[in-house]
Amino acid sequence: MKIIVLGAGQVGQSVARSLAAEQNDLVVVDTNVDALKHLEEVEELQTVVGYASHPEVLKEAGAEDADMIIAATDSDETNIVAMQIAYSLYRTPSKIARIRSAEYAREKDLFKNDNIPIDTIISPEQLITDHVERIIEHPGAIQVVDFADSKVRLVGVKVQEGAPMEGWPLSHLSKLLGNIDTRLVAIYRGAKGRGDEKSSNGSTATRQEKNSLRGENKEPAEKPIIPEGKTVIHADDVIFFMGKRRDTTKVMAQFHHDEVSCKRIMIAGGGNIGLLLARKLEERYEVKLVEMNLERSQYLSSMLKHTQVHTADAADLDLMKKEYIEAMDVYCALTNDDEANILSAMLARKKGAGKVMSLINRPAYVDLIEDEMIDVAISPQQITIGALLTLTRQGDVVAVHSLRRGEAEALEGVAKGDADTSQLVGRCISDIKLPESASIGVVVRGDKVMIAHHDLIIESDDHLILLITDKSQINGVEKLFQVGFGFV
Amino acid sequence: MSPIPIQLRVVQRVVGVLLTLFSITMLTPVLIGLVYGDPFNSLSPFLGAFTATVLVGLLLYLPVKNHEAELRIRDGFLIVVLFWAVLGIFGGLPFYLYSPLDLNVARAIFESMSGLTTTGATLIVGLDLLPKSILFYRQQMQWLGGMGIIVLAVAILPLLGIGGQQLYKAETPGINKGKLTPRIANTAKALWYIYLCLTIACALAYWAAGMSLFDAVGHSFSTVAIGGFSTHDNSIGYFDSTLIEMIAVVFMLISGVNFALHFAATRSFSVSHYWRDEEFRTYIYIALTLTIVTCGYLYLTQTSEFSKSFRDALFHVVSIGTTTGFTSEEYFNWPGFLPVLLLFASFAGGCAGSTGGGMKVVRVLLLFKQGQRELLRMLHPYATVVVKVGKTTIPRHMIDVVWGFFASYLVVLAVMLLLLMAAGLDQESAFSAVVACLNNLGPGLGIVAANYSSLGEFELSVLSVAMLFGRLEIFTLLVLFTPAFWRY
Repeated sequence: MKIIVLGAGQVGQSVARSLAAEQNDLVVVDTNVDALKHLEEVEELQTVVGYASHPEVLKEAGAEDADMIIAATDSDETNIVAMQIAYSLYRTPSKIARIRSAEYAREKDLFKNDNIPIDTIISPEQLITDHVERIIEHPGAIQVVDFADSKVRLVGVKVQEGAPMEGWPLSHLSKLLGNIDTRLVAIYRGAKGRGDEKSSNGSTATRQEKNSLRGENKEPAEKPIIPEGKTVIHADDVIFFMGKRRDTTKVMAQFHHDEVSCKRIMIAGGGNIGLLLARKLEERYEVKLVEMNLERSQYLSSMLKHTQVHTADAADLDLMKKEYIEAMDVYCALTNDDEANILSAMLARKKGAGKVMSLINRPAYVDLIEDEMIDVAISPQQITIGALLTLTRQGDVVAVHSLRRGEAEALEGVAKGDADTSQLVGRCISDIKLPESASIGVVVRGDKVMIAHHDLIIESDDHLILLITDKSQINGVEKLFQVGFGFV
Repeated sequence: MSPIPIQLRVVQRVVGVLLTLFSITMLTPVLIGLVYGDPFNSLSPFLGAFTATVLVGLLLYLPVKNHEAELRIRDGFLIVVLFWAVLGIFGGLPFYLYSPLDLNVARAIFESMSGLTTTGATLIVGLDLLPKSILFYRQQMQWLGGMGIIVLAVAILPLLGIGGQQLYKAETPGINKGKLTPRIANTAKALWYIYLCLTIACALAYWAAGMSLFDAVGHSFSTVAIGGFSTHDNSIGYFDSTLIEMIAVVFMLISGVNFALHFAATRSFSVSHYWRDEEFRTYIYIALTLTIVTCGYLYLTQTSEFSKSFRDALFHVVSIGTTTGFTSEEYFNWPGFLPVLLLFASFAGGCAGSTGGGMKVVRVLLLFKQGQRELLRMLHPYATVVVKVGKTTIPRHMIDVVWGFFASYLVVLAVMLLLLMAAGLDQESAFSAVVACLNNLGPGLGIVAANYSSLGEFELSVLSVAMLFGRLEIFTLLVLFTPAFWRY
């Protein structure tokens, strides 16, 4: 596909890189030459320097025959104007824009072709808030993603020592769960994985690897394992499982024993995300919001009903003590400053907070801190990119989510066609030629959610939800969903 | 995590210790009784009370004696309240056990609470006939209460490994002239020495003026504590001595002054700073003005001749104004508005940081100045007017606290007034009883003018609570009734 990306900021760059890796034709536009330089030289992408909303600039970027334009500049207004022009002058088929401000995003009727012609709005703040809210709903989880209109939930959870499933092979799970069906789609085992259990595909770190990891440079600390019945679950494994949304809590309880519902949440940072999150959560939980700026605090206090707003620095130890940080079930650092977030989150953890989350903009930091003092690193880029990428997938792919900081992907696709034209319809799960690192977790037929067992036969219009742990194999998956020539 | 933000075991430990220490004070009356040859049935109540109190104290302390932990602010509040309440209740044991008094539980507690909170309202008739042990116990209770036993405990408790910073804060909310010396234990010790010296001086003065040794010591206890208990039914009037009355006036006035000023006097050996303190000046002006008005009115209505009018006016203005509560005349029969005027004077009470009751002079001063400020701003809308006490500018927040305090004071007063009237009391008695107890004054008007013996259990219980509210300066007790106190 021919895609134009407006804005070479963090999101713009990451999206461009991702899309380029999938053999798309990319052009990136920005006013900042330096930002573009890197993309041009290293990634070998075409770039245009100029204002994203100027018609000439768009023309130069190839708007006339572009299939898709993604507006990810820093300015909502620029994004909107660029979209308008793309529509009016060039009739670009697919227009996606990032709109940060809730003021625009709130108006449902605003974004139609007669009004502001944007096909899809991505609101990072809304996405992050939803993301955090889902994690809070499942206190033991590291990542929670919904599919099929939220009928299906994919959850990433770190196995706790002493949890019911610890030390047992996977086949034991069905005994613990009874009627509830679930599918484990991936296991990530750290270098400090205990013992040297045999496992089929992945490998526990050898002594050599352990040494190199301890010292200097870097390979990913965990290798993904495709689970089989005989795979034994270890403490500190990060497992991903899929199933009906309402069964999630019960399944999680097998891997994480204090699935105690969370009651008290402390949020540091009263920016847009903090405010949105507090608003969403204050009805069901006891929320404390910490904001540094007094005027902003007063504004927050006027906008929120049940939230306690405190004016202090996020990492203020005295505040944490006086507000009983050790009684907080969740601590969320959501300020604009990565360093402040990381430090205050680590401090909160040290002082006894339950689950600790931090917003981290810089990808390098994400790798650094997760698994150490912070339970969940929230990367706005990852979340935004995931949403964007959904729209750029080919074939009948409905949704895509990035997991494990982009190493893996979960996607939802619709099987179209019939037994002759489709590589999916009419076949058993076990007969489908999936790439090695992919596995089908769940199939949704109408309203029915079915765990993908070997003998399940796919029908037309089924939604399939898969996990891929090696993104380079994604084309193999996309091809499966493509329909052959016989289907009109 | 504990469901409530209170470290119950730590609180229990502190209360246990304090109760055990308090039990020792039940033994001194036994010694006095032996010296004066009291019959055994007036000594046994104290032995019995001692045993019970020390047992309960140890029962509370021993199971948790290792639970040493830093007290948090909320623990501090709870301790202060429990302390006065629990000691007030146990202090009633000797009264209850001494059969000739024939006091039931509610009545015994009332008398005890009146002693401990230095209110000085009594329901015992026939004090002159009581054994010395009982009389001494009453006076002693006031003396102990006077220093806010907390301060005593703050000096001793650090030795037991219990921090006391929060307790000091809990005792005087709102107005705080700052700590006298950096370390709280040193402050407490310094205050205690001043208190002791004043007591000794007062006792010597009374003795030299003609009181018996027993009466001198006993009355010095209730004078310096601004309590008002006497060993005679006619209070100071029993002695019919101008000299004694004037000695009382001097020591009542001194005890009603901020002890920080006394402390400064001992350090700098000068008295000039007294007059420089605006609260002190206000305190003296109020006393002076009221004396002139009272004296004048008494003289003009030909109630008494001039020198008696002056003597009675001065004595009662100071006694009631500082909330001591000694009487030398049946002032409640004075003409016109005088009894009510005096009652109103008790609202101002003593200075902050003294043993006096009422709202404290500085709060009244602040409210008055705030009123002035508002009138000025009505005339000069652009003016920036700041409220100052002496040279210190009072921040807006502090003024808000005082208004809140005043409002709460009135609400508590109103509620209790209505409760008493609901129990059948006439308005004059109900109002004066509540005011007298809330301000820790003692004698009221109507049927509670001489003593409280004609009230029923319900009224006495309500008034016991009123005394507690007064002593704890409303907020300290009120905060325990807000849901937020019990939540994180």
